Amino acid sequence: MSKTLTAVLAGIAYVIFAPLLGGLLTGLDRKITAHVQRRKGPPVLQPFYDVFKLLGKENASINSAQDFYVGIFLLFTILSGIFFFTGGDILMVMLTATLAGVCLVVAAYSSNSPFSQMGAERELMQDMSYEPMLLVTAIGFYLVTGSFRVEKIISGPRVNIAFLPGIFIGLCFALIIKFRKSPFDISMSHEAHQEIVQGVVTEFSGPMLAMVQLAHWYENVVLFGIVALFFVWDAPWSFLLGLACCAGVFILGIVIDNSCARVKWQHMLRSSWIMTLAAGCVNLLVLMAMR
Amino acid sequence: MPLLSFLIAFPLVAAVILLLVRSDKQRLVIVKIAAAVVAATAVITAAVFFKSGTVNIKINSEAFSRIVLILEIVLCGVIAFLSFRAKRILVGLLSITETALIVWFELAVGESLTVQADVVIDHLVIIMILIVGIIGSTITVYALGYMKDFQEKEKDVADRRPFFFFVMYLFLAAMFGLVLSNNLLNMYFCWEVTSFSSFLLIGYTGTKEAEHNSFRALWMNLLGGLAFAVAIVMLGCYDGTVEISRMIILGTKGADVVLPAALLVFAGLTKAAQMPFSSWLVGAMVAPTPTSALLHSSTMVKAGVFLIIRLGPVLGNNMAGILAMFAGSFTFLFASFAAISQSNGKKVLAYSTISNLGLIVCCAGIGTFESEWTAIMLVIFHAVSKSLMFLTVGTAEHHVGSRNIECFDGLFTKMPQLATCMVLGICAMFLAPFGMLISKWAAIKAFVDSGHALLLFALVFGSAATLFFWAKWLGKITAIVPEQKNVEKTVHGEEWFAIKGLSILTVITCVFFPMISSSVVVPYLKDIFHAATEVISEGNLITMSLMVIILVLLPVISSGHNKKKHTSINLSGVNAGSDVAFRGSISDTVPLSLRNWYLEDLFGEKKVMSLGNVVNIVTIAVVFSLLFGGMFHV
Repeated sequence: MSKTLTAVLAGIAYVIFAPLLGGLLTGLDRKITAHVQRRKGPPVLQPFYDVFKLLGKENASINSAQDFYVGIFLLFTILSGIFFFTGGDILMVMLTATLAGVCLVVAAYSSNSPFSQMGAERELMQDMSYEPMLLVTAIGFYLVTGSFRVEKIISGPRVNIAFLPGIFIGLCFALIIKFRKSPFDISMSHEAHQEIVQGVVTEFSGPMLAMVQLAHWYENVVLFGIVALFFVWDAPWSFLLGLACCAGVFILGIVIDNSCARVKWQHMLRSSWIMTLAAGCVNLLVLMAMR
Repeated sequence: MPLLSFLIAFPLVAAVILLLVRSDKQRLVIVKIAAAVVAATAVITAAVFFKSGTVNIKINSEAFSRIVLILEIVLCGVIAFLSFRAKRILVGLLSITETALIVWFELAVGESLTVQADVVIDHLVIIMILIVGIIGSTITVYALGYMKDFQEKEKDVADRRPFFFFVMYLFLAAMFGLVLSNNLLNMYFCWEVTSFSSFLLIGYTGTKEAEHNSFRALWMNLLGGLAFAVAIVMLGCYDGTVEISRMIILGTKGADVVLPAALLVFAGLTKAAQMPFSSWLVGAMVAPTPTSALLHSSTMVKAGVFLIIRLGPVLGNNMAGILAMFAGSFTFLFASFAAISQSNGKKVLAYSTISNLGLIVCCAGIGTFESEWTAIMLVIFHAVSKSLMFLTVGTAEHHVGSRNIECFDGLFTKMPQLATCMVLGICAMFLAPFGMLISKWAAIKAFVDSGHALLLFALVFGSAATLFFWAKWLGKITAIVPEQKNVEKTVHGEEWFAIKGLSILTVITCVFFPMISSSVVVPYLKDIFHAATEVISEGNLITMSLMVIILVLLPVISSGHNKKKHTSINLSGVNAGSDVAFRGSISDTVPLSLRNWYLEDLFGEKKVMSLGNVVNIVTIAVVFSLLFGGMFHV
């Protein structure tokens, strides 16, 4: 019974604290980036100020369908996180996240605006680029721990990364796309100068844009959760190791973001698929041979 | 037994009546009644045999097999005549060869064989009967409205509607016969009838292209028929049986039935349009839409996968299983890639069907509990949602004037109801929590558990491509283009009946996924494998079906209150009044038009398909040279 209770509490904690954590991470990201560029940068809490400002703006949209799609995007992003933090099936987490992602794309398409549609198509290209690696990651966990369930994955007798080094590297590569970092921030970027206006979020404003932002924060927390799965096993202190490694991945992402220029989509697709094959699939082959 | 005879005989009678009736009004009534009776009979048959478990029926009649034999010879004569008349000698010779083989076999060996069960009805057969009976007959109703528009629009095409409906009902009868047959000789006859019917339907318009494509479909399927015939002869001569159930018992007991199994898998590959035989299904789109809907969803290609699923227990880690697994998974991968570069809606659907069938074939080839579960689930969901997709595209084509996805701009404003159904169909094809995707999820698990890494790689990359090509289509039709005229007022009632009916069926099957699994599929597989494994936990299945309910209800709840301010889109500040045009460089008004992304240079059809064909020809060649080599080398 206590196990169910823990799961429920974890789920509730996620719904409440994930946006705080996600926003804080975004703030830190901007601060560190500013320091790398020898600027002072905004306060760490700036993302929250931004979102509150957006929420206070007039609620305008291109059409009412858009609100609906953005609403589902947020709803299913949160749902996928709930599945994750209640120890559910990791494939279900990923599939629900895919559903949410498609809602964002459709929301962008629905405005029938050139910039928005271009962003939507590029967003789909990003989805197609990282999707195989995410599935390979889930399969890797299954091969090592015998289960797709998060609760089983984190309570194995050994640390997962020992068996999944290739998959971890491949996943980090995919996460650059997922976190919308250079060199793969082709569908939208957080920088002022974006070559196609603001890509997939061009036609969102006010509270709707705030919802998109919120959904990204929720999503990022789940992604870091997946990173942590590699380092957590049944030793209680391993959670700290997981957190530390998430911090490492976070810093690494910022470094890569600041040292790379955006590439063409062909390059993104090719390199991420090759990475999936070379790191992820080879790792899977080894695991299958070991069984 | 009278029920089963009625199930097959009724569509035949309806077919003959429809051939004779020339009046449109009478046809309207007859098809509706016939469709209702066929669907009702299928449901009653399913209900009657649902509880009784596996039922074996023996037809104690010498005359019956004689009649089948005579009909076979007649069919061969007709095919040969048509082929020779069209100067396609080889096709005719192919038909003559295989029929001669079967006639020789039946006269020389057939006498000495005892058949224990001509007909076997189990839960898999019940599923197939429901699919053929409900979806197939719904499509014939749709055809009433569609063909009326079709004949009005295509003035050059001779109005041969009586013939069209005749073949459609003949097709349904043949499909019922095929799924009910346990005796391979009877199944072979129905198999040939479905090949021949699809040939007639594809060639309906009588244009050069239609003739060419119909003969391509014919020779490819006859080649499969030849493999089928050789398999029967080998089984009869070496193992002394012509029954699938006997063959499976022998195979699981250790007898060597790999070669006949591989030949039957080969026949299944041709019928299920797997590479290198996929071109016949792509070519089938020259026919009127109901033909494609019928071929893709409930008949023809499903016959191919049905046979391979039936053989599941004797496949697995042997040459026959490997043939199905690899041919299927390569087809899945390459056909998904090819679909990316297509803008013709029907072609996208064709490649998507080919790729989904590839996945089904692959799962069936693995031959474990989990993989068979996945294969059967995929068959069910694919049948429902693919028929829905074809019917919506067919109707859209008649009212928008093109089947090109690029012309579906603003479909949501032009044809709101139709677009909603199309959105549902697309979502059901590739998104969680709908059935197809849950089945793919199960496929991942089945592939890992059976230890086939290569198949997994094909699955993950193919799935990514699937996501891409469906989502961009979805985006195209969900784009809200203002100032469009509603053009769906002229859609026929029969078309709405079929489209809305299938939409509801799609939702129902997705919501009741857990029950379909636990009450039909799992019991069937328990019988076959004598054990059960949990493929996807009950809890996850129920969560998914709750998500379907939320997704379907949300639009209903959220519609109504929209008093929000609407702004115009970003056209870099040169909007010309509305959102459908902008001011050009010399202050002229330029209409806004958006185009989708097809990645021709990466996923071009020709490139991808020829690669896939080569890979699969090599696969098939290697498998059969090893098998035949093993047979003659002592």
